[in-house]
Amino acid sequence: MAETISIAPASSEGGGLIETDAVIIGAGPCGLFAVFELGLLDIKAHVVDILDRPGGQCAELYPEKPIYDVPALPIVTGQELTERLMEQIKPFNPVFHFSERIDELKKQADGRFHLVTDAGTEFIAKVVVIAAGGGSFTPKRPPLNGIEDFEGKSVFYSVRKIESMRGKDIVIVGGGDSALDWTLNLAPVANSLTLIHRRDEFRAAPHSVEKMRKMVEDASVRLMIGQVTALEGADGQLTAIEVKTASGSEKIPCTAMLPFFGLTMKLGPVADWGLNLHENLVSVDTERFETNEHGIFAIGDINTYPGKLKLILSGFHEAALMAQAAQRIIYPEKKVVFQYTTSSSSLQKKLGVK
Amino acid sequence: MTKITFIQPDGESQTVEAENGLTVMEAAKLNDIAGIEAECGGACACATCHVYVDDAWRDKVGKASDMEEDMLDFAFDVREGSRLSCQIKVSDAIDGLVVRVPAKQF
Repeated sequence: MAETISIAPASSEGGGLIETDAVIIGAGPCGLFAVFELGLLDIKAHVVDILDRPGGQCAELYPEKPIYDVPALPIVTGQELTERLMEQIKPFNPVFHFSERIDELKKQADGRFHLVTDAGTEFIAKVVVIAAGGGSFTPKRPPLNGIEDFEGKSVFYSVRKIESMRGKDIVIVGGGDSALDWTLNLAPVANSLTLIHRRDEFRAAPHSVEKMRKMVEDASVRLMIGQVTALEGADGQLTAIEVKTASGSEKIPCTAMLPFFGLTMKLGPVADWGLNLHENLVSVDTERFETNEHGIFAIGDINTYPGKLKLILSGFHEAALMAQAAQRIIYPEKKVVFQYTTSSSSLQKKLGVK
Repeated sequence: MTKITFIQPDGESQTVEAENGLTVMEAAKLNDIAGIEAECGGACACATCHVYVDDAWRDKVGKASDMEEDMLDFAFDVREGSRLSCQIKVSDAIDGLVVRVPAKQF
């Protein structure tokens, strides 16, 4: 299901400087498998993902849908594939940074990379692996005329500080957990709060819905069944919205609106890192799956090369070759000996099976 | 083959022939119908293949499942005949189906 990210009011603050071998951007199947392939070569990885859990599209778009083309697994759900990969990479103790997005990526004079997330976490890494799939999941923007002008000023897709909403006339749109959680959290500080949803049924957790209904009863929240059709205001400040209801149309005065219509994928900051792109995909070679920037690799759905297929199994292959190339950067002196997990004692030791 | 007609917001209409067993969304994509985005590829996970089923066809096409209703919460300007076209199977029973493409997908 979309909109399963909980935008919890008590968001964990990032921060700090972390030095590591590899930063993997994206915790989807390819990013997770990259941890494994790098781990076999003694390359330590940190994984950053904008979602609040591993799995990428497998977790966000189709956790329950069966996948039929993963080798040796005739049928596996997105959720199960994610769980199996998490199990497989456990021996390598990857460090995850969820609900964070890499916003900046720059090469330093020493050849390493400096990365900064939107939560302020900083990394210094020898290699970067972009495994960002379709891009970062971002909140859907309702197709209302002029909404861009209000964004960040009076239209918000998430709230970092509840206090910033104090005294406002708030409209929340949606019927999922995000809409309901924010209704419950913001009603106490708002001057007024109106929850607008297209039907009188809610996807959100039943106990949240129950709490909301109580608030509607004691008039601390107004529930409207309808759909927003237009915005009014000037200079980024919303003054009212137009709502289409079963009985006609109504204008609701408000100073802030929070629309929750799930998530969509956008390439996002990857576009600003000076990498060669082709139709919003990162161009790589097929020997190392490296971008035009030495030390930055791209694997999985986000890359492109002649003959590219957006399949999970192709991404796994790309991860394996990428890891070999990454090893030559991180351990330039090391003699590369190809080994099988089936027979190599050293690999088996790393996997914790010997 | 089953005939399906897609009507654009500007009134332009296009009738396509679809193989039974496909979904209406797949029929639309195969025929490059404008306005059917199907971002998630038919997993009932995005609401960007939203269509309005013509009044005369609503009973034959049937109602949205609970999961589809949940997903329709993410569509824009949902109406009485709103369905996600990836959830409508093409069959002889809906030969001649008429659907309207909304002015905007999310």
